[in-house]
Amino acid sequence: MSDIKNILLCGVGGQGTILASKILSYALVAAGYDVKMSEIHGMSQRGGSVVTQVRYGKKVWSPIIGKGSADIILSFEAMEAARYLVNLKKDGHVVVNNYKMPTATTLSGEEKYPQDCIEQMGKVASVKVLNAADIAADLGSTKCMNVVLLGALVKLMDLESLAWDDAIAACVKPKFVELNKKALAAGMNAVS
Amino acid sequence: MKKLMTGNEAVARGAWEAGIRFASAYPGTPSTEILENVANYEDIYSEWAPNEKVALEAAIGASFAGGRSMAAMKHVGLNVAADPLFTSAYTGVNGGLMIVSADDPGLHSSQDEQDNRYYARAAKVGMLEPSNSQEAKDFVKVAMELSERYDMPILLRLTTRVCHSKSIVDLSVSRTEVPFVPYTKKDKFNPIPAISKKLHSKVEKNLRELERYSNESPLNYIEWNSKKIGVVSSGIAYQYAKEVYGDKASYLKLGFTFPMPIEKIREFASQVDELVVVEELEPVMENDIKAAGITCIGKDRIPREGELNPDILRKALINEENETISYDSSTVAKRPPVLCAGCPHRGLFYELNKKKDVVVVSDIGCYGLAPKDIAICMGGGFSVAHGAQKVFNMAKNGKRCVGVMGDSTFFHSGMTSMLEAVYNKSNVLLIVLDNRITAMTGHQQNPGTGYTLSNEPTNITDISEVASALGVKHIKTVNPLKLEDVRKALDWGLGFDDPALLITRWPCVLKKLSLADTDEFGNYKSVYTVDPDKCIGCKACIRTGCPAIEFHEDIKKATIDRSQCVGCSVCAQVCPKNAIAREVK
Repeated sequence: MSDIKNILLCGVGGQGTILASKILSYALVAAGYDVKMSEIHGMSQRGGSVVTQVRYGKKVWSPIIGKGSADIILSFEAMEAARYLVNLKKDGHVVVNNYKMPTATTLSGEEKYPQDCIEQMGKVASVKVLNAADIAADLGSTKCMNVVLLGALVKLMDLESLAWDDAIAACVKPKFVELNKKALAAGMNAVS
Repeated sequence: MKKLMTGNEAVARGAWEAGIRFASAYPGTPSTEILENVANYEDIYSEWAPNEKVALEAAIGASFAGGRSMAAMKHVGLNVAADPLFTSAYTGVNGGLMIVSADDPGLHSSQDEQDNRYYARAAKVGMLEPSNSQEAKDFVKVAMELSERYDMPILLRLTTRVCHSKSIVDLSVSRTEVPFVPYTKKDKFNPIPAISKKLHSKVEKNLRELERYSNESPLNYIEWNSKKIGVVSSGIAYQYAKEVYGDKASYLKLGFTFPMPIEKIREFASQVDELVVVEELEPVMENDIKAAGITCIGKDRIPREGELNPDILRKALINEENETISYDSSTVAKRPPVLCAGCPHRGLFYELNKKKDVVVVSDIGCYGLAPKDIAICMGGGFSVAHGAQKVFNMAKNGKRCVGVMGDSTFFHSGMTSMLEAVYNKSNVLLIVLDNRITAMTGHQQNPGTGYTLSNEPTNITDISEVASALGVKHIKTVNPLKLEDVRKALDWGLGFDDPALLITRWPCVLKKLSLADTDEFGNYKSVYTVDPDKCIGCKACIRTGCPAIEFHEDIKKATIDRSQCVGCSVCAQVCPKNAIAREVK
C-alpha cells in the first residue's frame, strides 16, 4: 500500500475546500493515477467542520484515510488542523492557513478557542503556516485563498509537473482562470 | 472517457445509460444529488415528489405503463414508501423498476442508523449493493434487467460513503433506448386478495430463481489469495476489507446481496481456514450465513454501531493500530452546525424559547438546529404535538404544545399531521416555517415554491389555503425577523382552544431569490455594526445564537463579522441599549 498517497483537506463550511479538492483530483486523474475522494456534506453549509480526503496511487481501495496515515493535512482554518492531526503520519506535513474562525461554542463563551493551536502543533509535527488570505488579497481577491493553499500542497507533495493549468481551466469559470493560476503559483512559492 | 464521479452522479449516469424514462424522488441526505443529476439528462423525465411514498407510487405507475423507472430516497424515506414497496413486490413490474435507498451509517445527517438491507428481505425484492461509483453506474442497468426478468422491483442500496465519495467511472457507454413495454390490462396490477394469493406464490418462485442467479452471477465473485482467511463482504465495507487485509486474504465480493448466494458462500467457506463476514451496521449477511449452517466471524468482532472504516476493522480483525502523533485534542473546540447568520428561523425561535410552559415539538429540517424539546420524523411536528397536548390537558399541568415544521416538510407529510390536530380538536399552535425552499438538503424546489426540479414554472400551492381547506380557523402570516410581530403572533396563537396556524414567511438566507421572491421580499441585505461606546457587554445579542456575532471577554464588548452579517436586524432588536445599527455607507 506504500505507493498510495493520502491528502486531507479541512476547514469550515463555505471556505472553498471543495473547489480546491476538485482541481487537485482533476489533475491527479489526468496524470493517470487511480483516485478516490471522499467528502461528507449535508450540514456543511451551516458553519460546521468540513473535511475532504483524497487518496491516489496505482490502485486505491478505501476512499477514507485512517489515523496516522495522511501524508499532508491542508487546513483552511487554524484549529481545524488540530482536529484532524490524529490522521497525520509521523513524518507528514501540516499546511495551515493562519486564519481563525470562532465556533458557535466559542462565540457564546461556552468554551475557549485555542489561540496557540498552531504553536502547539508545531511542537509535535512539521507545520507550515501560510497567510493565504493576505497572499490572495495581494493577487486581487481573497476568494482565491483556497487555490493559494492548494499551491502549497502541490509543492510539498512534489506534484508540480501535473497539468495544473488544464485542471484549473476545467474547474473554474473562464474569467477566474488567470487569477487562480497566479494563486497556485503564489502558494507554491510560499513554501519553497 | 474516464471521470471522477460521486456514487450519486454515477447512479444518474447509469439511469441514463440504462434507458430509464421516469425518475422521482424526495430530497434527503445522502440521496439528494441523484435526482439533481438525473435532471441533467433530457432523455429522462425527472421530478421532485412531495414525499417518498408518492415518488415510489409515481415510479410504479410509470413502470406499469411500460417505461423503465426509478425512485430515490434516503433510508428513512423508504419507511415512508414502505407501503407501495411491499405491494409492488407482489404486483411486479412492466417496465423495469429500481428503488434507490441511501443509508446513512454514522448518522452524518440523519436521526437513525437503520439498515435497509432488511427491507429487501422483508419486502422480498432483489438487492444490489455497489462498492464504488463504477459499480453504482453499472448496477443500474443490471437492476433494470433483473427487474424485468424476475418481475419485481429491485433495491439499489447505497451508503453515505458510496453516495458522496468520488472514484473513477468509465463513460464510454452511452444510452440504450429501450422500447416501451406495451401496456395491457393485467390481473397482477390489481392486487385484490384472490389475485394477491397467486401473486405471493409467484414472488416465492421468483425469489428461488433469483437465488440461483445470485449463485451464478458475475457480480458475486471470488478473488483468491491466501486461503487462511476468506472474507465475505459487500458495498463500501469490501473496500475497507481490501485496505486492511490486502492480498493476505481471499475475498468473496458480493454485488448482488439478496437473495444471498448461499451455495457460493458454502463452497468458498469450505476452501478457507476462517470465514470473516465484513459488513457495516447489522449482521444481515452473517445471520443468513449462520442460518445456512456455515461458521463465520462477524459482529462478535466488528461493531454494529456507527460507520465502519479501515481503522476500526484493523483493530477488530488483526488487532493493529496505526501510530499517531500525540496531541491534546481536548483543547479543540467543538464546531457544531448552526443556523446561518440571517436565518429567518432565528427570530421565531428567539421569541418561542422565551415562552414559559411551552413545549416545542419540531421535526426534520434546518430548524432542527434551533432549540426544541421533541422531534421524531418528517411531518411529525404537528401530530406529536397533538398527542402530547391531549395528555398535558388530562394531566392539567398547564403546558402548551407548539408544533413547528418547514414548508417542504408540511407538503411532505405535515398536511395529514395538521388534519389530525383539526379533526381531533387539539388546542395546539401549529407553525409552518416557510422559507420558500427545501433548505436543509441544499435548496430543492417544492410544491410551494412555484418551480419544478427542472426549474420550470408550475402551480404554487398556498399553505394558508391548504390549512383553511383542512379546517384551521385561525391563520396568520408574519415576518419572522420582526420580533415584536412574532411575539404578538405567538400570544395570539396560544389564545385559542382549537388549532391555530402561524406561518413565518421569509426566504432562506442562502436562497437564490426568484423574481417573485424579489418582488415580495425586496433586496433587504445590509450590514449591522456594534457601537462599542454604547455596548454594555450584556450578551443579549449573543443569546440570539447568530454566528456573525462574537463576544470579546477581555473588553466585554460584542462585534459583528461584516463578511457574515446580512442585516436581518434580530440582534439590533434585542439590544437593550440600541448599540447595534445598520451601517451607514
